[in-house]
Amino acid sequence: MTRIIVVTSGKGGVGKTTTSAAIAMGFAKKGHKTAVIDFDVGLRNLDLIMGCERRVVYDIVNVIYGEATLNQALIKDKHCENLYILPASQTRDKDALSQEGVGQILEELAAKDFKYIVCDSPAGIEKGAHLAMYFADDAFVVTNPEVASVRDSDRMLGILASKSRRAEQNLEPIKEYLLLTRYSPERVRIGEMLSVADVQDILSLHLLGVIPESKSVLTASNSGTPVILDEKSDAGQAYVDIVARYLGEDKPHRFIEEEKKGLFGKFFGSK
Amino acid sequence: MPTDSQKMPNNSPPLEFKSGSFSVPILILFTNDLKFIGQQLHEKVDLAPEFFKNSPLIFDVQELNKQSLDVDISALVIVIRQAGLLPTGIRGGNIPQNKIAVELFIPVYSAHSINITPTDSQKQKQKIIVPEPIVDVITTTTMITRPIRSGQRIYAAGDLVVLAQVSAGAEIMAEGNIHVYGSLRGRALAGVQGNVNARIFCSDLQAELISIAGNYKISDDMRDIVSKKFVQVYLQEHTLIIKDIE
Ligand SMILES: Nc1ncnc2c1ncn2[C@@H]1O[C@H](COP(=O)(O)OP(=O)(O)OP(=O)(O)O)[C@@H](O)[C@H]1O
Ligand SMILES: [Mg+2]
Repeated sequence: MTRIIVVTSGKGGVGKTTTSAAIAMGFAKKGHKTAVIDFDVGLRNLDLIMGCERRVVYDIVNVIYGEATLNQALIKDKHCENLYILPASQTRDKDALSQEGVGQILEELAAKDFKYIVCDSPAGIEKGAHLAMYFADDAFVVTNPEVASVRDSDRMLGILASKSRRAEQNLEPIKEYLLLTRYSPERVRIGEMLSVADVQDILSLHLLGVIPESKSVLTASNSGTPVILDEKSDAGQAYVDIVARYLGEDKPHRFIEEEKKGLFGKFFGSK
Repeated sequence: MPTDSQKMPNNSPPLEFKSGSFSVPILILFTNDLKFIGQQLHEKVDLAPEFFKNSPLIFDVQELNKQSLDVDISALVIVIRQAGLLPTGIRGGNIPQNKIAVELFIPVYSAHSINITPTDSQKQKQKIIVPEPIVDVITTTTMITRPIRSGQRIYAAGDLVVLAQVSAGAEIMAEGNIHVYGSLRGRALAGVQGNVNARIFCSDLQAELISIAGNYKISDDMRDIVSKKFVQVYLQEHTLIIKDIE
């Protein structure tokens, strides 16, 4: 059975594309045939993060308009043979996507025995975001620990619950997971950010994992390798945990508390 | 040759009659001023457009006929349709009125075919003084088990029970009482059709707005309310009272 996962948020720039790339790679590395689709038509970012921008010939819009077959448009990842990328178009606008076209692509991927299909949603709640979530079975709601992001995630959860295929056809609702990204325990302590508990209180949502604010994310995207492959980095490890938890492994949460400083730091470093 | 019969599954009858019963709103008219009726209907519908959109409606002209006020049935039907409602029956009409209704394919119901409870008829008596159409209260309970998120609106024709949270930016409305067994952070409006006896019950009141029969308080008026405590909200002489439930 294919599982369609949308990575969504409402608010822009919170880490959806970073997350999509990381978890798609994570599933593939665990041996599952995985596709990751960029729904951000007009901006096209995922191929950069995946480091395949120079191999983009056809894109999702070409497939929808019959200008290319799905096989021609799918790009095989250079790190992992189970992973394929379907890029977005940079030259068309969001209206080039249609619900019917997206539905057909997803069906065709399912027929090709893809186990996980990760849909990287654009920001906002307009057409692109709507199509990215419409067919989803699971939603990874990417949220930053600040009020505006939490509020937008709540709004997106309402849309998932009322405007998705599962809602319209009265099927079992989309399974929703919270991914709290760019988390900095230090900034929580000085009151600049909401804590994990605050966010969970507002959203009452199952926490799949916390991804710390980390320089490794920028380094990874500059070199075109999903951060999950950087096994030494905290953000990479956080994504490894998230993939494992989603697949049913029992992993305690990490990166919620401040890293323990030495004795000196404990007594003098913090106020 | 009846070729159509091939389309039917083996031996199953082509159709079947079953009896069923539905709740349908009834519009009781106390005025024959069609323009006024139109205005009032639009106002009601605007309160809950999702709920009223294409809703079936039986109109009752019994009170008009008691006061010998005649009403143009075909014009009335147009006014109701223009408000986005679908007239599906006339009640309490006289013979010429019923004849016109049938010509418009609108079924005729006898005046007593639908039960009226004592409280309802009392309400009607009070309302006769005010020439305003009212919609009978439907007493059903709507139950919601999942969180109501920012941007979502729920309208319940009777009582509303929410077993999860109501997020900031969400709106819940009920013609009857509202119960929220989770944090209430959005807007909650009980008794939206004017029921001053409606109440709000809630296990954690942090609402942006609460209202009963149009009397409201906003979060600024509720700053001293302690959250995470069971409270009830009711109306006493046009003032909202918020009280702990021990
Ligand atoms: N855990 C993290 N630590 C530090 N920086 C991060 C982290 N996650 C994401 N970023 C940075 O935040 C920016 C936005 O990330 P990303 O493109 O993944 O967000 P997005 O939600 O896909 O944005 P958009 O809404 O524009 O599609 C990037 O510069 C990225 O490097
Ligand atoms: Mg993105």
